[in-house]
Amino acid sequence: MSYFSEIYSGVKSLLTGMSVTGKYFFVNLFTRKDVITQQYPDNIDTLKMFDRFRGEVIMYHNENNEHKCDACTLCEKACPNGSIEIIGDKKVNPESGKSQRYLVKHIYHLEMCTMCGLCIEACPQDAIIWGQDFHHVQYDRSKLTKVLNKPGSKMMSKSKAK
Amino acid sequence: MTADIFTEIHEFLLGFMSESATHITELILIAVAYLGIFAILGLFLVWLERRVAGFFQLRLGPNRVGPAGLFQTIADALKLVSKELTGTVKADKQLYKIAPYFVITTALMSMSLIPFSQEIQAFDINIGLFFIISVSSIGVLGVFLAGWASNNKYSLLGGMRTGIQMISYELSIGMSIVTMVVLAGTLQISEIVELQKNGWFIFTGHIPAIIAFMIFMIAGTAESNRTPFDLVEAESELGAGFHTEYSGMRFAYYFLAEFVNMFIIAAIAVVLFFGGWLSPFGITDAIPFAGLFWFGLKVMLVIFIFMWFRWTFPRLRIDQLLTLEWKYLLPINMVNIVFMALMVWLGLTF
Repeated sequence: MSYFSEIYSGVKSLLTGMSVTGKYFFVNLFTRKDVITQQYPDNIDTLKMFDRFRGEVIMYHNENNEHKCDACTLCEKACPNGSIEIIGDKKVNPESGKSQRYLVKHIYHLEMCTMCGLCIEACPQDAIIWGQDFHHVQYDRSKLTKVLNKPGSKMMSKSKAK
Repeated sequence: MTADIFTEIHEFLLGFMSESATHITELILIAVAYLGIFAILGLFLVWLERRVAGFFQLRLGPNRVGPAGLFQTIADALKLVSKELTGTVKADKQLYKIAPYFVITTALMSMSLIPFSQEIQAFDINIGLFFIISVSSIGVLGVFLAGWASNNKYSLLGGMRTGIQMISYELSIGMSIVTMVVLAGTLQISEIVELQKNGWFIFTGHIPAIIAFMIFMIAGTAESNRTPFDLVEAESELGAGFHTEYSGMRFAYYFLAEFVNMFIIAAIAVVLFFGGWLSPFGITDAIPFAGLFWFGLKVMLVIFIFMWFRWTFPRLRIDQLLTLEWKYLLPINMVNIVFMALMVWLGLTF
């Protein structure tokens, strides 16, 4: 008798599968509700990427044009293919009177970056984060070399950062 | 009223040609028309498959070239035409070149028997169904030769699997057709369609007809080498199977023939179970060439079911494939033929 019950359960499970896929088909045929395709060049202006999308590395700046980077170069060392170059300098902090490193330029080569995220994991200050911009098309690759700290920005004081 | 256009063409040709020249010209015209149908049908079905697959997988499918991406496959075919025809050095050159034409020719030959409407059927012989089955089994030879002549282990494995699969499932497809022939009492396709004027065979034959239809659909999927029975070209195991070494237009022949074969299987299903070109309840019987619309609609629905199978079921292993055929479909089919014969004998069909 297991012969017939096998046929029955086989047909039943196949029909269950067909009903699942059939539902997808007809919903998408008539409403396009669940379609996940993004028609990319047409919707550059409206397309919003989800939060965890790895578009590019950016540096977080607050409203006073301050960032958290103290030019420790851990991200530069973590980068496996040398996409990050940090130019730092030293100056005397007027508050404590001690000599302290500060960031001059955080140079980021997007054209070499593999979006592995090791620099972001390495950063102790959470100064660099993922940006969601996906549209990096350029005619000149030198335009993909970016300076992440904005002109005129300075480091947040440590108490503010916490 | 019927076949006005065809008699007009015939008389027009007779006007300036001898009778035998007219005959040959007409044959050539029909052959060219069928080649055109073959190409258009193949391209359309490839587009349909990709579009349907898109919707099944929450995508859109081809939608850029032409309205709703309709010209996408024409662009693909143009690309394939422009490609170089490569081949392996140690291939059996003659067989390698000739193999795709086996598949194409047999598909065209079986297509000549398909009744597109009451007026359009190129070749209506009294052993129509038998002819289709026997001709389409020559098509196996094309795939098998391709696998052998390519001199490539993947091609050969793919070809051998085709042999196993198609010969096994031809039994099922043949026996489910025989079940319906028992009900119809004739092999001539036009007569089978005429007999369904009072009710399609799937209704008049009820239970055995429905079982035969289900078996026909399963065996038909296997016969046209489609997923879940696409062991012939199982990409994960065999590269591309029997057509690994084929490129350009020779590859496209296989590709188109595969889809035209699916059309032929669907057309046979429509003729046997859903009344061919007959409209439901005879609502458009008075309009000439309305059969073309109904036939097309029904065939497209059956083809959609094939596509539904393809995008739902996982591929079978070779032993599961043979178990399904020899342990399940064949015994059920044999019992079903006897059941149908009893029904016809006792007059239990409508």
